[in-house]
Amino acid sequence: MSQPEVGIIDQVVTQEYKYGFTTDIEMETAPMGLTEDTVRFISAKKNEPEWMLEWRLKAYKYWLTMEEPNWQNFNYPVINYQDIIFYAAPKQKIQLDSLDQVDPELLKTFEKLGISLQEQKRLTGVAVDAVFDSVSIATTFKEQLKEKGVIFCSISEAMHEHPELVKKYIGSVVPQTDNYFAALNSAVFSDGSFVYIPKGVRCPMELSTYFRINAENTGQFERTLIIADDDSYVSYLEGCTAPMRDEHQLHAAVVELVAHNNAEIKYSTVQNWYPGDKDGKGGIYNFVTKRGICEGNNSKISWTQVETGSAITWKYPSCILKGDNSTGEFFSVAVTNNAQIADTGTKMIHIGKNTKSRIVSKGISAGKSHNSYRGLVKINKKAEGARNYTQCDSMLIGDKCGAHTFPYIEVNNNTATLEHEASTSKIGEDQIFYCAQRGIGLEEAISLIVNGFCKEVLNQLPMEFAVEAQKLLAVSLEGSVG
Amino acid sequence: MISIKNLQASIEGKAILNGINLDIKPGEVHAIMGPNGAGKSTLSSVLAGRADYEVTGGEVDFLGKDLLELSPEDRAREGLFLAFQYPVEIPGVSSTNFLKTAINEKRKYLGQEPMEATDFLKFMRSKMEEMEMDKSLTSRSLNEGFSGGEKKRNEVFQMAMLEPKFCIMDETDSGLDIDALRLVSAGVNKLRNSERSFLVITHYQRLLDYIVPDFVHVLYKGRIVKSGDASLAKELEVKGYDWIKQEVEAAV
Repeated sequence: MSQPEVGIIDQVVTQEYKYGFTTDIEMETAPMGLTEDTVRFISAKKNEPEWMLEWRLKAYKYWLTMEEPNWQNFNYPVINYQDIIFYAAPKQKIQLDSLDQVDPELLKTFEKLGISLQEQKRLTGVAVDAVFDSVSIATTFKEQLKEKGVIFCSISEAMHEHPELVKKYIGSVVPQTDNYFAALNSAVFSDGSFVYIPKGVRCPMELSTYFRINAENTGQFERTLIIADDDSYVSYLEGCTAPMRDEHQLHAAVVELVAHNNAEIKYSTVQNWYPGDKDGKGGIYNFVTKRGICEGNNSKISWTQVETGSAITWKYPSCILKGDNSTGEFFSVAVTNNAQIADTGTKMIHIGKNTKSRIVSKGISAGKSHNSYRGLVKINKKAEGARNYTQCDSMLIGDKCGAHTFPYIEVNNNTATLEHEASTSKIGEDQIFYCAQRGIGLEEAISLIVNGFCKEVLNQLPMEFAVEAQKLLAVSLEGSVG
Repeated sequence: MISIKNLQASIEGKAILNGINLDIKPGEVHAIMGPNGAGKSTLSSVLAGRADYEVTGGEVDFLGKDLLELSPEDRAREGLFLAFQYPVEIPGVSSTNFLKTAINEKRKYLGQEPMEATDFLKFMRSKMEEMEMDKSLTSRSLNEGFSGGEKKRNEVFQMAMLEPKFCIMDETDSGLDIDALRLVSAGVNKLRNSERSFLVITHYQRLLDYIVPDFVHVLYKGRIVKSGDASLAKELEVKGYDWIKQEVEAAV
């Protein structure tokens, strides 16, 4: 892959959060708050089969018995779940058969975000599912994918078209009872993407879901499920933005990945939810459960994330390495500026023989933000010959921010090999002066140095998105040194 | 090109430069020599605008502009280049990216369009040939893991790319063996022309065998105490700095 050019950074370095606009469109919403009726309302809206409603209700009832976790390395105000709207969808009178029937306001919204849903205008080789508040608006390139047997649609659609697959896999990696926010999601999730790659198929294009929160007082609870059958391959990317609003909004998603024998799933995230203002007013609470299982032998799951947005990012995309010789990877860049908080990392659970995992985490803290890496590497009794390599690097910009590392290691098999490397650095005055002497100003110098620091991770992203991610890093650190 | 009048500077309250006067015309090469602690590197840092130093008096005119009023990056964009004694490593940033950013920042400052990626690569290739640079250097992370010689050659290569009007070489010869010294000097000589001026700061005469200066100045206790032509450097090589020190002390 050739290197994205840094020149792009120059064009955007002076910009503020540019996705903060709102779309004025007629919406249909659930009544505020969460009761059993809310769950029934959402299920009915989606015209769901009975088993799905039962599944949701089970989750809801379990959630009522749970308490919000409090072990994290930050505090946040108590969330009142009765002040949240759990379902908001643009009003549409008819079933959509083609893009021509999509409200032009919505198409315009996604155009503004740089996501064209018109297939001919799309980046070649990327199919997109666009989710606006609680519903999927459109999925592109469906026909081409269908020829290969690839299913890429909204999860609501999958429930009707492929109930046997949804029934079999939903909750199989992240059960309804897994944790507080996963249970909440299971009860009220409204949409998300569904991907199935049949045996022996290499998905011919990048798949991508673009999430947009628009409505006020609304939470977004999407659920993504990706299944790669034997000997298949898929690369999937999600992106997300939200308007600038003064109140915090909750985003509690669940992502489940299943890789069968010799299958590979590459899952990339470029997270750019609204981070709140300089003083921490507003912004998204990004509390997400992401987990993949390497079910089959020689399978591989690779998480890449670039986290620049959200008031609080709290998630640990994880891999359960069940199949023998399976591989899990986690590449992460988390940037926090101003009052932002990130508590993120991964879990690698080694169960199968000769399983391998690799963790590369780059945390960048600026302003008065706090950035924590938290990770677990667990080697089970029967995981003969397991290997893990962990590298955690932190970079500090300024002297009011914090970087924290919480690595947990549990080894129950003495044939395991684990390596852990960690470093903390500051952007040096010498580096800044060197850049200045070559005519490169402070902001540009910082984005150059930061992009260099994150290169290993950015290189994992599909080309188009690597450029996007570089731009994001520059914008997120705007004004971080003064 | 540059006119320095009575320049005084201190660091942490300690006076280092005590009134430097120096005029450099286009195309001239001036060498500054002097014993350790004379203020040689301070002079280069102050001209480039390093924040650690406080200018306490004097003025510097650079191509009609008040140099001391300009930010370090604007000084660079106006055409002042400092070849560092200790070039800084920037992990993960290739020379290509670094130089492209630098060139386009300068162009932006001058109100020019950014250079297209293909034009830039062509330009860089031609400069690499001219300066006889190894291709691998540009894709490696900037200065990371470079040998002393590679770092200095890379400084001269950056100089070639940025096409400055006035170049300060800060003890470029330090830590170089004779072969590296020859290569670096050859690079500098290629960049000499009737428009471009150089201020070569060095402790040893050796470098001046390769980069032959028009003028040599001796810096001692923050002042230029003696000036001459290239033969002054030879004289210093034979006699050392002590006789100059004695001359200065005697005059007090």
